[in-house]
Order: sequence, then C-alpha cells, then structure tokens
Amino acid sequence: MITATVEARDNYLTHEYGVKSWLLTKDHKRIALLYLASITFFFFLGGIFATIIRLELLTPPGDLVSSQTYNKLFSLHGIIMVFLFLIPSIPATLGNFLVPMMLGCKDLAFPKLNLLSWYIFVVGGLFVLYAMLIGGVDTGWTFYVPLSTSYANTYVILTAVGVFITGFSSILTGLNFIVTVHRMRAPGLTWFRLPLFIWSTYATSVIQVLGTPVIAVTLLLVALERGFHLGIFDPALGGDPVLFQHLFWFYSHPAVYIMVLPAMGVVSELVSTYSRKKVFGYKFVAFASVAIAILGFLVWGHHMFVAGQSVYASMVFSMLSYLVAVPSAIKVFNWTATLYKGSISYDTPMLYAFGFIGLFTMGGLTGTFLASLGFDVHVTDTYFVVAHFHYIMVGGTMMAYLGGLHYWWPKISGRMYPEGWAKLSALVVFLGFNLTFFPQFIMGYLGMPRRYHAYPEEFQVYHVLSTAGASVLAVGYLIPAMYFIWSLRYGPIAPDNPWRATGLEWQTSSPPPPDNFEITPVVTHEAYDYSVVEEMTVG
Amino acid sequence: MANHSLALRHQFEDVAQQKDASTLGMWIFLATEILFFGGMFCCYTVYRSSYPHAFGIASNHLEVLWGAVSTVVLICSSYFMACSVNSAATGYRKALVGFLVLTILLAVAFLVIEMSEWYLLYKEGLMPGVNFTYKGIDPGHVQLFFCMYFAMTGLHASHVTIGIVILIILAFRAYADVFTPAYYTPVEISGLYWHFVDLVWIFLFPLYYLIARHLQG
Repeated sequence: MITATVEARDNYLTHEYGVKSWLLTKDHKRIALLYLASITFFFFLGGIFATIIRLELLTPPGDLVSSQTYNKLFSLHGIIMVFLFLIPSIPATLGNFLVPMMLGCKDLAFPKLNLLSWYIFVVGGLFVLYAMLIGGVDTGWTFYVPLSTSYANTYVILTAVGVFITGFSSILTGLNFIVTVHRMRAPGLTWFRLPLFIWSTYATSVIQVLGTPVIAVTLLLVALERGFHLGIFDPALGGDPVLFQHLFWFYSHPAVYIMVLPAMGVVSELVSTYSRKKVFGYKFVAFASVAIAILGFLVWGHHMFVAGQSVYASMVFSMLSYLVAVPSAIKVFNWTATLYKGSISYDTPMLYAFGFIGLFTMGGLTGTFLASLGFDVHVTDTYFVVAHFHYIMVGGTMMAYLGGLHYWWPKISGRMYPEGWAKLSALVVFLGFNLTFFPQFIMGYLGMPRRYHAYPEEFQVYHVLSTAGASVLAVGYLIPAMYFIWSLRYGPIAPDNPWRATGLEWQTSSPPPPDNFEITPVVTHEAYDYSVVEEMTVG
Repeated sequence: MANHSLALRHQFEDVAQQKDASTLGMWIFLATEILFFGGMFCCYTVYRSSYPHAFGIASNHLEVLWGAVSTVVLICSSYFMACSVNSAATGYRKALVGFLVLTILLAVAFLVIEMSEWYLLYKEGLMPGVNFTYKGIDPGHVQLFFCMYFAMTGLHASHVTIGIVILIILAFRAYADVFTPAYYTPVEISGLYWHFVDLVWIFLFPLYYLIARHLQG
C-alpha cells in the first residue's frame, strides 16, 4: 500500500453541497452512492427477516412465529434480497461508479436516464415496503401460481407491481451501460484492452436488457389475473400454471447471472491487482462472461424437473445446465493460474476474493449436482437447494461486493478503511457464512424441506449450527458498516492509487473530480500491464 | 446552426458520438420491448396451439373490418412519421410540424377505433373479469382467448398512448424550432419507437382477427 500526501482538490463530493445537489445529481458517481445507501438499507432490512427466520428455526416446534408469519418472513427476505439488493448490488453501485471511469469518459451515455433509474428503483422499493407494512406477502419470492393468483390473501399485487417497477430500473441501467461501453471508450481503449470488470458488466447488462422485460410482463399478467380474475395461468379457466414457471424462470435463472457475473468481474480485478500479474488467459475470461450470459438463457427448465414438464425437455435442460459449468470453471482456473508465481499480498479485498473463489466453487459444484435429473428429484425443495443458492448469492456475490467495496473505497470516499478491522471482519464473514450454510447441505440431503417453520427433532443440531453461524455472519456484516462510516471522517487520506493498480480509475484523483479526468486519457497498453504502473510510481 | 452546439451534452466528445449513442440506446430499448411483448406472444402461441378450435370460434367475434381499418390507419401514421423524420433531416420546419400532427391524429384515430371495439366486446359480454357471459362452445378457452386479447391489445394501446405523448412534445419542440438538420435525434429515435409500435400491431392483427376466417363458412 502506498501512502501519500494529497492537497485538497475539487472533487465530486465537495463540488456541490446540499440535499438538492444529491437528489437532482446527474453525476454517475453520486448516483452510485444514492444506490449504495438505498441497497444497504434493503440489505439490513432483508437481514432482519433472515434473523427472525433463523431464530424461529432454533427449536423444532414452530413457537416463535405462526406459520403464516413465517411464510411472510421468508417471502419478504427473498423478495428484498433478490430484487432490491442483489440484482442492483454490484452493477448499480460499483458499476455505476466505475464504468465511466474505467472507460475514461466523463459520465454514462445517458446521465438523466441514470438518475431516473434510481428514482424508479426507489418507487418500486416503496411499493414493496408499503406492502410489507400493511401486511406483507406470503407467496415466496417466486410468486408461483395459482397460490399467488387465487389462494394467497396477502398483498401480492402491490408487491408484484413493486418488483415490476424495479425491473425497469434494472433495464435502463443495463441499457445505459451497453451504450456507454459501445460508444464512450477513451481513445485507444479497444475491446481487448477493457478491464474484465467491464466485460462482465457488459454481459450482465445484456441479460438485464433481454431478461427483465419477460419477468415484468409475467408479473403484470399475475397482477391482472389476480385483479380481474382472468384465467391466464389458472387451470380452472383453461390456463396453464407451468407456463408461468417457464416465463418466471426464463428471467429468474439468468437473474442469478445478473448477480454473479459482476462479482466475477470484481474478482478478476482483485486477483490481478494483488498478485501483480496480468489475468491468465484474458480473452478466455472475457468470453466466458459472454458465454455465461448466453448459456444462462437456455437452462431455465432445470428449476422445473418436478413441475411436470416433459422428460425430454428435462434431459435437454439438464445437459445445457452442465454446459454452464464450463465457462464458470474457466474463470476459476484462470484466477488460480493468475496467482501462480504472482507476488501476492493479502490485503482485505484479496481475502474476499479468495473467499469468493472457494465459496463460488462450492456453490457451482453443488449446482452441477442439482443439474443431474436423478439427484435433483431427491433434493428438490430441500435445504440442499437453499444452501446451494446461498453459496452463489451470498458466498459469491456478497463476498465480491464487499471485496470490491473495500478495494474501491479509497477512490469512492478518498479515505482508507482500517485494515486490521477489515481483515478481521473478512475472516468473520467467511467463517460465519460457512457455519450458517454448510450444515444446510447436510440437512437438505437428509430430507429437511425448505420453507417449513417446524421440523422433526433430528434436524435440530444442524439448525442450531446454522443459527449460530448466522449470528457470526451478522457481526461480520455490521463491522464493515461501522468502520466504513467511521472512515468517512477519521480514515487516513487515501492516495490516488493505493494498490498500484492499472485501471484508468486509478489514474485520476481520489475522490475523482466531477468530470472524472482533468484531460481525457489515452490508452496505449493492454489491461493489467503492471510495468506501466511501476514506471509511473517511480517517475 | 448556432444552437446545435448547445444541444451537445457534456459527457460526449462531439455531436456524432451523441447521435450514435442515442440511436443505439433506442435500438437496445426496442430489443427490451420485443422481449416484453415476447412473453405475451409466447403465452398466445402456447394456448393457441393447445386450443386451436376455441381460439378460432372466439376470433370470429372480433370485427375484421374495423381491425383492418385500424391497421391501415396505423400504417399511414407510420408513413407520416417517416415523412416527419425526413422533413427534420432536410430542415423543413413547417412540414415537420404538419407531419407530426398528422401522425398524432391518426394515432388518436387508432385508439378511438380500438376503444370502440373494446366497448362493443364489453356490451356483448366478452370482456373477462368485467362482463363475461359467453355461453357457447368451450367457454373456458374462449375466455382465455379474450384474456390474451385484452392483455396484448391493452399493452399495445398503452404503448400507443405513450407514443402520442412523446409526439405531442416533439411537435411543440419542432414548432419552437429546436431541430435542425444537424440535430434532430429526438425525432429520429421517436420515429424508431413509433415504427416498432406499428409493427407490433402488424403481428397482433392477423393473430387475433384473421386466424379463423375459414370457420365462418
């Protein structure tokens, strides 16, 4: 780490003051911070629901909350975490902040649209919050029909409309990124000189633009059906509930890649910076992102192996699902190969990157278990599935998100975070996470079904371990929240390039000026060329 | 000529880049729209292939003549939209305003025809959820047809309405002489949107009105 003295310069945080300057800002960096604040709120809200769920599951009988309340708890936990935290997490905060800076331009192509995306997100979030306050929703985050359309007597329409609205925020962000990457790159910044974070964000944006409208229209149909008693998905009126599942998963499976692809981009940056080596097989890693985006659209049927779809369709979906393992494995192997003979430093972001690689590998491998038809029938709707997707979403995305937040925090805030506390909390998160979710693989395999608030006594030991882990994990998340806020005032002033990294975002001041760069940078090197940085720091 | 440099927003290097970006943005938005309608077309395809007979019977309750007239009206409005873009590119302000107004009028005419059709269906008791009293053959699947009909034409009509609002704003701005041959991107990308809305109807019309002419004997 480099420390330096920095004189006070005009930056995007001090350029203007006042609430209005934030709420009407068109600066992508400020919008990123607006997102950061809102999704952090939703993260802790979703976390509170998770806490009550884990407390209920501490003992076998359903004694803390009623079954109806329990249904609402896991539904809101899922809806808030998926739609209001994980999907916007890395793209809308780090992506918003970094995409124009990594491309060497002043802002995204459509700054007003970017601000509009945030407002749309907030409005959608308010719908969900309002539905939550007046009674909640109990359909699970998947809104399966006919439960959601005919039987649930909770606020399904309000919640679905909320999710529908946030979808447009996601679409517009994706659109903005795609246009920006195509049209706004700095002179000399060719496609194969782009940082891998840009490649993965680009692939994510394609999914957002092409996938999100399908779930939007599906939820619209659910709301119409519920509101006007239409029969589009209702078998009593000739509709087909399995069709709903097809449409739902056509988006919601790729949505998993919306969550994990940007995380992979972050990890590529971290692994390269902290081993001071070019990412091994740059083009393979770049195209693996694109391959995951494309294959991700072809595997939705693996959520429906027991839903009554044709067995031949299941076989095809099973095989296609195995194929996704190929680009995912390319990434994991290439990160590992990048480490080989690198000069590795164990700063906090790198610890999170290691955490990501380990946990993502676990989550990915259990994903291939679930892609196999026979095994999936055994563990469908058990805690095995719950553990699997939490390894991807929390173990993968959340680790990378925290790693990225630490890594770019000096750039975002102009301050360093306390390294000792940060390392400690990275460790706590890793241990807490595994203690929470590893026992869930075992109890799921043994037959513990998901979404039950009471269970037989033989599962208690696993639930106790899991709840204990969740408490540790909660501490691991609270520590960074506290020291990040602390560092805003008391953290040491950050130099422009504390990690001696290569991206364009490190060539401007910390925090950056409102237009990002004093002069438009010209790119003459490939990404991750550390010889350039060495020259610059010496000279 | 003087005001086109004012129209260059600070994040862009030059006007060409700005225009490229806006156009690409609209194309990507249209890709989103295709998938948006695509979900419903997918439902339609599944149900029609499952219940072709009921869909045929239901289809014959729609007025082909009015469907055809509204198709012609919409195609004409699309033509005038293309004329608007052309006038903007060549800098004829009066023609631009005139063509935009024609486009808007035809779009409104389309909506009027469509809403009359909805009203007639409502009177006939063929509007699911509000007034559905059909007692003929296979009422469940006939109702499904009308569910899809109202959902899809409704979604399309909402797009037409948004289009009208956009076109009115454009007409006022054109009247205020905002556009020049060097800067008319808003006209051009709104044109793309309008042609897309038109094109969706080109698919909706045969799929709902023309699938069962042979059953009428």
